[in-house]
Amino acid sequence: MSGRTTPSQTVGPFFSIGFAWLDRVDLTEGAKDQQAIKIRGRVLDGDGQPVPDAVLEIWQANSGGRYGHPEDAADLVATEPFWGFGRVPVNDAGEFCFSTIKPGGVAGPGETRQAPHLAVSVFMRGLLKRLVTRIYFPGEPLNDADSVLARVPVARRQTLIARTEDSQGKTLVWDVHLQGAKETVFFDC
Amino acid sequence: MKPLQGYRKPAPGTQPEYLHPAYVSSVKRAPTQPLVSLPDTLSEITGPAFPRNIVAPQAFDLTRQHKGEPLGQRIVVSGRVMDEDGRPVGDSLVEIWQANAAGRYWHKWDQHDAPLDPNFTGVGQTLTNEQGEYRFVTIRPGAYPWRNHPNAWRPQHIHFSLFGPAFATRLVTQMYFPGDPLLAFDPIFHSVADEAARNSLISNFDWATTTPEVALGFRFDIILRGRNATPMENA
Repeated sequence: MSGRTTPSQTVGPFFSIGFAWLDRVDLTEGAKDQQAIKIRGRVLDGDGQPVPDAVLEIWQANSGGRYGHPEDAADLVATEPFWGFGRVPVNDAGEFCFSTIKPGGVAGPGETRQAPHLAVSVFMRGLLKRLVTRIYFPGEPLNDADSVLARVPVARRQTLIARTEDSQGKTLVWDVHLQGAKETVFFDC
Repeated sequence: MKPLQGYRKPAPGTQPEYLHPAYVSSVKRAPTQPLVSLPDTLSEITGPAFPRNIVAPQAFDLTRQHKGEPLGQRIVVSGRVMDEDGRPVGDSLVEIWQANAAGRYWHKWDQHDAPLDPNFTGVGQTLTNEQGEYRFVTIRPGAYPWRNHPNAWRPQHIHFSLFGPAFATRLVTQMYFPGDPLLAFDPIFHSVADEAARNSLISNFDWATTTPEVALGFRFDIILRGRNATPMENA
């Protein structure tokens, strides 16, 4: 039997009851020897109002740029203590915060490496399917050569790159603007 | 590195657009700028694996999470998770959540004037087996009013969340019930333009899983994205 992918439908207004059991805002387990970074921000709708019911899901590589997945580093699936998965709800003010480590650059086209990034899914009432975006890191030399960033109009690239909030770079800020002049770049995944 | 095998894009009309004005909440939340096309890279063809012990053994049975039995019609909801080529998606996390029999969610923001049931939270999880099969025991959810338009009521539905093998296969959807008169008027159901795709969201009554003296059975098969036939040279 074969068929076509089941259509997406919105998570609805009350999906936190279904998601909360797997909330995971500290991704640093298994990577305690590396510098933890905090990434925080807000989710804002087309009126600039905070969205109080969004959840971000994070998928990222370890510090060596490897994914614990059979199609990348199969040997790491059972042995790598760093998981790379996060599920991050916003609070009533639309704010989120999670802790993780900076991933290494994962393999890109040909022999290149992608710039370090987190893959992000955004869920909320009002979205009939998830939004897909990425968080890149400020001051990262590989950003200039990244094949995905290169597809993004220059004027909008900054929406994908987190800002440094402190001089040590331990806290980064990255906001999700659903619409408006600062609308975040979303991908057709 | 070896070429990557990506995931096929959906056929036109088989997935909702972000902006669907009949669903009022989409208006201020749908992106207004064109999406940027993303080739499947290693980041999209990998995804989180979930250890089998992440799910409690009884988490598939929503009727046994509290001291007493929940009120309402007991049902078995089961099916297979497959990809577009009919291959089973095994060891894959499936999450569900739903309203109780009276149409009320166990959520602080749900103010619908219908009773909560102390014996029903409406949340379950399971992992598919190697054949991609899953099974939940729950109660049939009630329809409930919402404020999208005058006298708006959602058809009875159960929310489903699936991961599949990759970031690219992540899917959240809703399962509906056959013969529900509210489906014809529901803007969320009708956000899917293609009729056959839309109707694939409606479960089938199923004698095979209807349990004598215990529960009615409903079958809901779910299809996740399939792989591209040929690996991409330049991902």
